[in-house]
Amino acid sequence: MTGGLTGRLGTKPAAWAGLALVALVLAALPFFLAAQFGTTWVRISNLAILFILLALGLNIVVGFAGLLDLGYIAFYAVGAYAYALLASPHFGIHLPFWVILPIGAAVAAIFGILLGAPTLKLRGDYLAIVTLGFGEIIRIFLNNLSRPVNITNGPQGIARIDPFRIGGFDFSTSERLFGLPFSGPIKYYYLLLIVLVVVIVVNLRLQNSRIGRAWEAVREDEIAARAMGIDTTRIKLLAFAMGASFGGVAGGMFAAIQGFISPESFKLVESIMVLAMVVLGGMGNIWGVILGAVLLSFVPEMLRFGVDPAQQALFGRTLIEPEVIRMLIFGFALVLIMILRPGGLWPSAVRRRELAARNGEGGR
Amino acid sequence: MDIFIQQIINGLTAGAVYAVVALGYTMVYGIIQLINFAHGEVVMIGAMVAFTVIALLAGTGVPPVLVLLIAAACAIPVCMLLGYAMERIAYRPLRGAPRLAPLITAIGLSIILQHFALMIWSRNPLAFPQIVKTESYFIGGAIITNVQITIIVLCVLMMAGLATLVYRTRLGTAMRATAQNPHVAGLMGVDVNRIIAATFVIGAALAAVAGIMVASYYGIAQYTMGEILGLKAFCAAVLGGIGNIPGAMLGGVVLGLVEALGAGYIGELTDLCGISGISDWLAERCAADPHFILFGSNYQDVFAFIVLILVLVFRPQGLLGERVGDRA
Repeated sequence: MTGGLTGRLGTKPAAWAGLALVALVLAALPFFLAAQFGTTWVRISNLAILFILLALGLNIVVGFAGLLDLGYIAFYAVGAYAYALLASPHFGIHLPFWVILPIGAAVAAIFGILLGAPTLKLRGDYLAIVTLGFGEIIRIFLNNLSRPVNITNGPQGIARIDPFRIGGFDFSTSERLFGLPFSGPIKYYYLLLIVLVVVIVVNLRLQNSRIGRAWEAVREDEIAARAMGIDTTRIKLLAFAMGASFGGVAGGMFAAIQGFISPESFKLVESIMVLAMVVLGGMGNIWGVILGAVLLSFVPEMLRFGVDPAQQALFGRTLIEPEVIRMLIFGFALVLIMILRPGGLWPSAVRRRELAARNGEGGR
Repeated sequence: MDIFIQQIINGLTAGAVYAVVALGYTMVYGIIQLINFAHGEVVMIGAMVAFTVIALLAGTGVPPVLVLLIAAACAIPVCMLLGYAMERIAYRPLRGAPRLAPLITAIGLSIILQHFALMIWSRNPLAFPQIVKTESYFIGGAIITNVQITIIVLCVLMMAGLATLVYRTRLGTAMRATAQNPHVAGLMGVDVNRIIAATFVIGAALAAVAGIMVASYYGIAQYTMGEILGLKAFCAAVLGGIGNIPGAMLGGVVLGLVEALGAGYIGELTDLCGISGISDWLAERCAADPHFILFGSNYQDVFAFIVLILVLVFRPQGLLGERVGDRA
C-alpha cells in the first residue's frame, strides 16, 4: 500500500494497458469530434472538463468532508471575475494567466474561509441554506456592483477577456502544429486535460492522506473524530478552502476560454447542477463524480441535438420546443436514477457497504 | 414616517405569504427531514391553474369574488394531488436512502414541473387578470389596498387553522408523533405513510392559496415564479427554526419586514453625500450629483440572506428551533 494511483496500478499490467487506452482515446477525441460533428462539440467537451473540475472540487467539501454546500458556484464566479478583472480592457490590466490563476485560487480560498469560519458550527441543512444564501449574495453583488463605481460592469458582464498566452503561443487562435490543424478550442482542450489529470492525481492522493482520512472521520462522526484528536474546525475549514480554490481555478479558465462572463453564468441552478453531478455519480468516489459530471454535461447537449430530429421524424413537425423536452427528460432522469440507485451510479466503497448494511436490516 | 409605515405594510403582506409557503417546507422537514425543493413549484402551479380559470371566467358575468373562489377551488385540489404524487413517486421510495438522494429527486421534480408549466402556459410572464377592483385606504399617510388586507387576513386565518389542526386534532397529534419518532408512532398505531402523505397534501394546499395571492398581488404569473419565492420561504423556515411551525410563521413575517424596510432605507443609509464633509473629492462629487448611493434598493434580495446568515451565526438553531442533535 504505497497509496495513490501508481501504487495500486503498479501491480496490475492490465490496468496500465487500460489507462494507456483511455489516454489515447482522450488524446484523439477533439480531432475526432471536430471532424465528425464540428467544433461545437470540442467546446462542449471543454465545458464538460470544467464541470468535472468543479464537481471534483465540490466533492472535497460534500463527498469527503460531508458538508453540504449549495452555493459552490460562487467560488467559480470569484475565480472567473478575478481573471476577468485582471486580464481585460475593463480596467486596462493585462496580467499573464500564470499570475492570475494562483491569485484567483487564493481569493476563492479566502472566500471559502470567510464563508466557513462563522458557519461551520451549523449542521446539515442549516449549513446548506447558508451556503446557498452566500452564493446568491455573491451573484447579486456581481450584478449590482456597477454603480456608483463600476467594478463588475453589472448584468452586461465583462467582455474581451484575454485568452491564455505563453510567450507568442496564443491558445485562442488556430494554427498548424505537428502537421495537424489545431483550433482554439482544441488547444484549450489539451490544456484542460492536463489540468484535469493533475487535479485527479491531487484528489486521489488527498483521499488517502492524513487530511483525507480526517475528513472521512469528521463526516462519519464528528464527536468521535474530535475525541481522536482531530482539530475538526481546522479540518473543515481546509475542506472549504481547498474546494473553493479548485472552483477558483476552474472559474479563471472558464473566463479565459469564453472571453466573456456575466452574472448569468453563476446562478443557483449551476450550483445545483454541480451538486447533482456529485450525488448522481456517487458522492465521495472520484471516478463516480467524474462519471456524473460527464453524463450531466453531455446528455443534455446530445438531447439538444437529438430531440428535434426525432420529433420531426415521428410527427413530421416540431410539436414541443426541443429545449422543453430536453429539460423534461433531464428532470425525469434525475428522479429515476436516484430512485433506482440511491447511492449514485458509482458509489464509493464505504457507501456501498453502508447501503448493503441498511438493506440487510430488512428495511423499514 | 410615511415611508416607514408603508414599508411595514408592504413587508407584512410579503411576509404573510412567505410564512404560508414556509409552513409547507417546515412541516415536511419536521416530519421526514427532507428539504422539499419542489415546493416553490407547487406555488407556481397553483397560480397558473388559477390564472387559467380566471381567464376563462372573466367577462362571463360571474361576480369577481366568486370567480376567485372558483379559481381557488380548482387550484387547491390540483396542488394537493400534485403534493401527493410527489411524495408517492419521488420521495417515498427513497425513505431511508442516503440523505442527499431525495434532494436530487426534488431538484429533478422542480425541473420537470417548471418545464411542464412552460409547455402549457408559455415562457412569457402572464398578466394575472385584476378582476377585483383595487381600493386604497390611507393610514397615517401610507396606503393599504384591499388586496393587501385580504392577503394578510387570509394568511392569519390559514395559519390559525393549521395551528388548530396540528395541535388540536387527532391527525395533528399523529403528525407530531411521527415527527418525534416514526418507528414508535408506527407501533402506537399511527399509519406513518398516510400521515406523511397528509403532510405533503396540506402543505400543497397552503402553497396553492399562496400562489394565487402572490400572483394577484404582483399582477404577474410566470413559470419561474416559484424559484425565488420558494427560496425566500425556505429562508424564512430556516430563520424560524426548520421543523418548527410557529417558527416558520415568525420567520416569514420577520423576513418580509426586514426586506421591505431594508429596501426602503438602504439607499438613504449608504448615501455617502450624508458624510460629504470628510473629503474634498466627495464634497465635489456630491455638489455635482446630490446622491452618491453605495447600495440601492436593487440589493433587496440580499437582505433575506444576510439576515439569515447573521441569525444562524448567533443562533444556529434558528429563532424558535430546538437544538439539533449532534448527528445531523
